[in-house]
Amino acid sequence: MVYLTRKMEFSASHLYHNPSFTPEENRRIFGKCNNPHGHGHNYVLEVTVAGEPDPQTGMVLDLKELKDILQREVTDRMDHRFLNYEVRELNGQIPTCENIARAIWNLLEPKIKRGRLHRIRLYETPDLFVDCYRNGAPKGAGRG
Amino acid sequence: MSKGLKIELTRRYRFAASHRLHSEHLTKDENERFYGKCNNPYGHGHNYVVEVSVSGDVDPATGMIANLADLDGFVEREVIEAFDCRNLNEEVPAFRERVPTTENLCMEVFSRLRQFPKARLERIRIEETGSNSFEYAGE
Repeated sequence: MVYLTRKMEFSASHLYHNPSFTPEENRRIFGKCNNPHGHGHNYVLEVTVAGEPDPQTGMVLDLKELKDILQREVTDRMDHRFLNYEVRELNGQIPTCENIARAIWNLLEPKIKRGRLHRIRLYETPDLFVDCYRNGAPKGAGRG
Repeated sequence: MSKGLKIELTRRYRFAASHRLHSEHLTKDENERFYGKCNNPYGHGHNYVVEVSVSGDVDPATGMIANLADLDGFVEREVIEAFDCRNLNEEVPAFRERVPTTENLCMEVFSRLRQFPKARLERIRIEETGSNSFEYAGE
């Protein structure tokens, strides 16, 4: 099995607010992220696909194909957007790194036809990131 | 659709500390041969980077596995306050008997953080320098 990783960036704004919490609870739980005007990040996304290289091409999948999928599914939806208001997949959710990563997983997994989606790593800042895997994904190569 | 998805959150922390690699079970020559420059009796230091990975269910009310303020506070109390700007050999009880290699440091940090009450500790990864890193995920 070979693991191939493609990296991309997008910039977006968000805020954390749960309408079922009181204003005090929102401030206490979400801190500065509850600022009603929102704030933004340069997100870095790493997408890892696992598979066996095709004997004809030597590739797990065509990187151009993966790049086009990422452009359509992630960049076109999320880049330079306000995640709370403009991304349907995050409707009704707090756009934390966990929820954005899960939404991206759900967008990408059915679109990757060659190999299989192994891991999504989404950096909100260089010091905070979230990984998504299928439960039971093999440990070891492609994990870290 | 998200069923069966495992989500891990990783946060990076930093501390600076000194150490000396020296074993009481080895002779002076063996210590010098095994540990080289790291056996310098005066010690030396590193800017350590610690990656703490936790997993758990994402709370629908907050969108979070664990509130970062809780994780930051726990790591600050259990690790940063104990290690930052310290001499690991002299000031961390675990390293009175064990050599403070970064392998052992990973295991020590793991044992200090495994009690984090809000999520499951998955893994500790420590960069001793930009070129050397070590990981420990429990037994």
